[in-house]
Amino acid sequence: MLKTRADKIFWAVLAAVFLGGLALTELVANEYYYTAIYAILQATIMAVAWNILGGFTGYVNFGSAAFFAIGAYTAVALDKWLGLPLPFLIAASAAVCGLMGLGVGYLTLRLKGVYFAIATLAMAIVLETFVTNWEYVGAARGVYILTPEKVPFFRSYIQLLFVVMLALTLGSIAISRALNSSRIGRGLAAIRDDEVAAECAGVPTLRLKLISTTVMGAMMGVAGAPYPFFVTFVDPLSAFNLFVAVNAIAMPMIGGTAHWIGPVIGALVIGGAQEAITVTISSELNVLVVGLMLVLFITLAPQGIVGLVQKWMKRRKR
Amino acid sequence: MSAPILKVSGVSKRFGGFTALDGIDLELGANERLGLIGPNGSGKTTLINCISGALINDTGSIVFEGEDITRLPPHQRAARGVARSFQIPKPFRSMTVLENLRVPLEYAARGRTGRGKINSDAMEVLELIGLNNRANESSAGLTQVDMRKLELARALAAKPKLLVSDEAMAGLSSAEVDEILEILLALNARGVAVIMIEHIMRAVMGFAQRLVVLDAGRKIADGTPEDIIRNPDVERAYLGE
Ligand SMILES: Nc1ncnc2c1ncn2[C@@H]1O[C@H](COP(=O)(O)OP(=O)(O)OP(=O)(O)O)[C@@H](O)[C@H]1O
Ligand SMILES: [Mg+2]
Repeated sequence: MLKTRADKIFWAVLAAVFLGGLALTELVANEYYYTAIYAILQATIMAVAWNILGGFTGYVNFGSAAFFAIGAYTAVALDKWLGLPLPFLIAASAAVCGLMGLGVGYLTLRLKGVYFAIATLAMAIVLETFVTNWEYVGAARGVYILTPEKVPFFRSYIQLLFVVMLALTLGSIAISRALNSSRIGRGLAAIRDDEVAAECAGVPTLRLKLISTTVMGAMMGVAGAPYPFFVTFVDPLSAFNLFVAVNAIAMPMIGGTAHWIGPVIGALVIGGAQEAITVTISSELNVLVVGLMLVLFITLAPQGIVGLVQKWMKRRKR
Repeated sequence: MSAPILKVSGVSKRFGGFTALDGIDLELGANERLGLIGPNGSGKTTLINCISGALINDTGSIVFEGEDITRLPPHQRAARGVARSFQIPKPFRSMTVLENLRVPLEYAARGRTGRGKINSDAMEVLELIGLNNRANESSAGLTQVDMRKLELARALAAKPKLLVSDEAMAGLSSAEVDEILEILLALNARGVAVIMIEHIMRAVMGFAQRLVVLDAGRKIADGTPEDIIRNPDVERAYLGE
């Protein structure tokens, strides 16, 4: 794991960020900050997950909200049914959404380009309809979740969930980074660049694409699992939120899709801006701002922030 | 001829109502150098697509080293030792030249590549083709000629038993054509069978032990280069009535 200097720096930064998060819970009690940072962390996992299929493999998924929502509802249903502790709920959501990714991949990956994107959108609509009619978890009315008043080690359940989410986010980033530079990552990049040439170079494209959709689905499920417990209420409208899907696409596109760090940077920049706008102006403006930034980047800097930095560094070298 | 490495029998391929290949039979010896020629649109690339698995033929079978591979996906054929270059270069554009070669080395040739040898094997192929000084450049920025060389390099990196080169030499200078011919001859001397599609007659004639001629999806001649030049059908296909 610590083979190169870059590896050492990466893991040192992860450890520092995690310890920083723990320190924050000691120093700051105001719950507003946790809510804001939690939203950014959640968006980061979603962006990192979307990028594994969208950025590394080149297949655009419009249905991210469905994976997120099924992750959330899996946790809610299992909590209600068996009362499992949180780590099991998260693992179960990962498994369910990973299988969902595999299934969706199997059914739709033969479709290319825009047809694949439309199929994922259609899947999200079908699943939303299903959950809207699922009585056990409150159907369209939604469901309230009781969370513990007191938790060990932390001041509140909110703080505990914040730390859990931080760990999950860092884990997702580590997985994405490892994948990006691995043999499988190179196979995925080959698929994105030219699928026929990839096959003829020996890349089992169908299998790799299914790995990609499965990992993406599992990660999105993980992002969704703690959400109902954080906000203590979930209904189909908030879980299948268009904004979740839009962010999952916009953040990697703005950060840069080819490199693992792109979606992280995009999530921090856009997520941070959104929180600032919510406080200073209104959350209504968020969608507009993301939309405008997305258009700007796609037309002016399709390689995203990472691409801009790389270009700038190349120019400085000369 | 020793046991054939490739046996194509009765292969046909239609695109809608258009017959691109019509009952092609073809055998190739394990160490043979075959030239595949024919006018534009005669079906050469389509035949290669069927052999490599990029297209599935409608009828007929393709047997490689005694195994029927007609229904195998391209990556499994590549793993068994079938490699091809593309007439219109298809580089992995987000990768450097070296990384382009890592893909076949890590996938198609995985079972034939030693652990930790990937980069050195890739560099060896690049040196052979004369792209070593471009190793760390982005493949998207290569000139057309260098992209053609990369096509051939990537096929070689798959460590094939059968190499199909689809017009790898178009646009190359006469000296470069000679270089590539030398590389392919050396490869063949090491036991690799080669099918060369080429419009540059000097190159195919000098290289091939045997020529197969396609015209409008049908095989119209199969023989030594000397026989083929004297074949009236071939002359008609090329020059018209
Ligand atoms: N995917 C396809 N869909 C429809 N028609 C095709 C397709 N591929 C090839 N064809 C047609 O099949 C015929 C044979 O094409 P092919 O590319 O095999 O010829 P070729 O012998 O390689 O020609 P060239 O010397 O120009 O490369 C052509 O008429 C071509 O238009
Ligand atoms: Mg052709």
